[in-house]
Amino acid sequence: MNEWRNFNKGNWSETIDVRDFIQNNYKPYTGDEAFLSKASERTKILREQMDDLLKRERENGGVLDIDTERVSSLLSYPAGYIDKENEIIFGLQTDEPLKRSVNPFGGMRMAKQACEAYGKQLGERIQMNFEYKTTHNDGVFRVYTDEMRALRKYGILTGLPDAYGRGRIIGDYRRVALYGTDRLIAEKRKDFDALAKADMSDEVIRLREDVFRQMDFLGKLAKMAAMYGDDITKPAANAREAVQWTYYGYLGAIKEQNGAAMSIGRISTFLDIYIERDLEEGAIDESGAQELIDQLVIKLRLGKQLRTPEYNELFAGDPTWVTESLGGMGKDKRPLVTKNSFRFLNTLYTLGTSPEPNLTVLWSKKLPEAWKKYCAKVSIETSSIQYENDDVMRPLYGDDYGIACCVSAMKIGKQMQFFGARCNLAKLLLLAINGGRDEVSGVQIGPVSEPMTGVLDYDKVLASYMKYMEWLSHTYVNTMNIIHYMHDKYAYEKLQMALHDTDVERLMAFGAAGISVAADSLSAIKYARVTPVTNENGLIVDYKVEGDYPKYGNDDDRVDDIARQIVDSFSKMLKKTKTYRGAKHTLSLLTITSNVVYGKKTGATPCGRKAGEPFAPGANPLHGREKSGALASLNSVSKLSYCSCRDGISNTFGMVPSMLGKDKATQISNLVAIMDGYFIRKGHHLNINVYDRSVLYDAHEHPEKYPNLTIRVSGYAVRFGVLSKKHREEVLKRTFFERA
Amino acid sequence: MTENFGYVHSFEPLGSFDGPGLRTVVFLSGCPMRCKYCHNPDMFGEASGEKMSVNAVVEKCLRYRAYNRGGGVTLSGGEPLLQTEFVTELLKAFKVRRVHTALDTAGSVYSEEALSLASLVILDIKHTNEAAFKELCGFSPDNMLRTLEYLKKQRKRFWVRQVIVPGITDGEDNIRKLKVMATGAEKIELLPYHKMGVYKWEKLGLSYPLAGVSEPTAETMQRLNALLRF
Repeated sequence: MNEWRNFNKGNWSETIDVRDFIQNNYKPYTGDEAFLSKASERTKILREQMDDLLKRERENGGVLDIDTERVSSLLSYPAGYIDKENEIIFGLQTDEPLKRSVNPFGGMRMAKQACEAYGKQLGERIQMNFEYKTTHNDGVFRVYTDEMRALRKYGILTGLPDAYGRGRIIGDYRRVALYGTDRLIAEKRKDFDALAKADMSDEVIRLREDVFRQMDFLGKLAKMAAMYGDDITKPAANAREAVQWTYYGYLGAIKEQNGAAMSIGRISTFLDIYIERDLEEGAIDESGAQELIDQLVIKLRLGKQLRTPEYNELFAGDPTWVTESLGGMGKDKRPLVTKNSFRFLNTLYTLGTSPEPNLTVLWSKKLPEAWKKYCAKVSIETSSIQYENDDVMRPLYGDDYGIACCVSAMKIGKQMQFFGARCNLAKLLLLAINGGRDEVSGVQIGPVSEPMTGVLDYDKVLASYMKYMEWLSHTYVNTMNIIHYMHDKYAYEKLQMALHDTDVERLMAFGAAGISVAADSLSAIKYARVTPVTNENGLIVDYKVEGDYPKYGNDDDRVDDIARQIVDSFSKMLKKTKTYRGAKHTLSLLTITSNVVYGKKTGATPCGRKAGEPFAPGANPLHGREKSGALASLNSVSKLSYCSCRDGISNTFGMVPSMLGKDKATQISNLVAIMDGYFIRKGHHLNINVYDRSVLYDAHEHPEKYPNLTIRVSGYAVRFGVLSKKHREEVLKRTFFERA
Repeated sequence: MTENFGYVHSFEPLGSFDGPGLRTVVFLSGCPMRCKYCHNPDMFGEASGEKMSVNAVVEKCLRYRAYNRGGGVTLSGGEPLLQTEFVTELLKAFKVRRVHTALDTAGSVYSEEALSLASLVILDIKHTNEAAFKELCGFSPDNMLRTLEYLKKQRKRFWVRQVIVPGITDGEDNIRKLKVMATGAEKIELLPYHKMGVYKWEKLGLSYPLAGVSEPTAETMQRLNALLRF
């Protein structure tokens, strides 16, 4: 086949196996960034237009335009362009850049409210069509129990994907480029036929319908590409086509779904193989190679979904989490770093800094030094990268996994995730002390028990906490089962799942927020004297704390062990309840920016935190409580076990540049040393921000002066200026280590 | 055994200024000198502060070992060698554990054993002129000179440092002389004098001897650093 000329054959040429293709054909790169090229003229022109579009969108209140007359799908819109003359990678979600589409399959109410929030009305025709159609949201609320509704309403469970697309699924978009849709459909047809011989149980019938819809949408994807003049029924024949075909796969997915986080996977090293072949054939030069990646990234930066203001309160800054995982090591000990890994980071210079795509470096102590240093340099200069520990993930997920959203690892094309939002572990502790009553409203939402009085006894509180955790775990798993049953039924990801193996492994990703508050509270109860304060209705609304106690974030085992125990226990308890479709239970400590909302909904806690104050993001120590320096803080977080939290442990870390050393070279090598250290200690994730706090204060007062100031929050990056005032204040409260 | 305990002022687990790589810096309290620009006057005199065992200090430093690739532990002060036995024991303990050590001293106390145990000695030469040295530090340079001689004779790995104070150490002759004195050093670091410690003098009720002296300009530092290269 001409499309596969000069590729080494292997298992991949017989069956769908992208990893095998990569392993047989990629060239590791151990050199430095000196080879990189600047933006091409065409890219510069497009960049200006992109910047202008994004500026107009900001000035227009966050949304530039909405198509309220069509329901988003692969073929609803004609081809759209930014500037056809200068584009080499094509494809927009609608017919115009930044015009948002409506996707009511997840929920009609959310679609309507989102239109209204931006001064638009959802078209009559759409509303009428959906009058006779059940959405995912309808289905879920038909069967939610009263208890589930209460947990949701009072903020024990928050951010549940029950009103929009669940997201966190990564299609293996590379398959479109390597095989073309004809071959992919043929392979699915084989699976479909094989199922014909099975007993027609619930599972088999459901799967056969799934595969039928997958084939249907692969066909639609080919038609969508044809609108732009490309024939993707065949494999990509050169680098431009490889980038383009891969992007079509992704574009089809974000047209069909409005999932919270729709990540792109791990495409850079795959694409490098095509670029290397073109370079050898003399078809492109380095500038042409960078141009392909730049133009792809421009498209990724313009991907947007229509959200309600409430959604934005949870996940601030209008993120899409187009996460691309870079680097990492292969099982055969060769680094998976290629020149294209560098090109992706280089887009932060050729196109300026930006939150998207969410550039994620898979860190191993064995990565080439030059790559480590380049990453550190880019972090110091842009604060736009997050890092995750390849050495702890590779043994569990192999060497072709990608990160969905912020910290969720999955084998690309072989595993998918049922996203489970998160529960509030700090609020649960208050419930356990308050006899099952919500400390804000006084409403009984959990099992009834005797509220605690007098100086709190650690063993008694812990025993009650564990009892309530058992109860919550059971209900939480059940809630998730309902959500994902209904999502599969009414808003199934036809295209994304077509780009997975039919025999896919499912993960169900639970989450926990408020770990630092829960751990500090238990530590206060154990090591200081904590007495509940009740209001006139006998409800515990505050705590009197006498004496000091060890605080999470200071490398003090007394409290760090408590944090670890809470997480380990919760992880175990969740596993006791069976999941929908036999999914494997996982857990994350990740809040994204919802730590602010969680705090708002949580009363005063025994650690001395006042009612309504924000939590720390993810697994971070609470603001201002880490008094022993940066490394002590990192040590504390690194003690939490990835085995218990296989969906990730998020840590957001801020430093001023001078703390890292006098000159840039020293700063770079010291940042590399910090990351090596954190990951050797089995820390999982690290968002790195390198800023003088004065810059952030100035940006808080004068956002217009810093339109592109990007900052890592919790598992993703945002433009600082688009955060709400409350979120900006929370970021300013965070510890920026100035000295250790 | 009293020698197994010493007085520690504080730790800095993320030291990037005192020695190569990322280092855990242990600040040992107490100092016999009285340098006019001292930014830690709370360490003057006998060692005091938190009493810690050798094991406790080593255990604390080892918690950060994962971050110290290419770095290690720096013993600084005050004058670490004021607690000669404690420092010697610490250096031995780190050596057994193959931790790179830097001894950051002004040479006010002379100890051949400690100097021989350290992987690197960072010697702060306060002034190259004996009278000026005494005037600046209220202390004789004799031990510093013995230290320097020992380091050269034993071909120890060492760095030389000097704080540049306008009107006191910013003379070109002084820098040229420093270069000669530092023959055999791997590195000479000129540190610009800063006023960040002034508030501590005030807090202690002491009058600050260098009141009115300004920090050296970047140009001055550049000019003096250039002298070291030729």
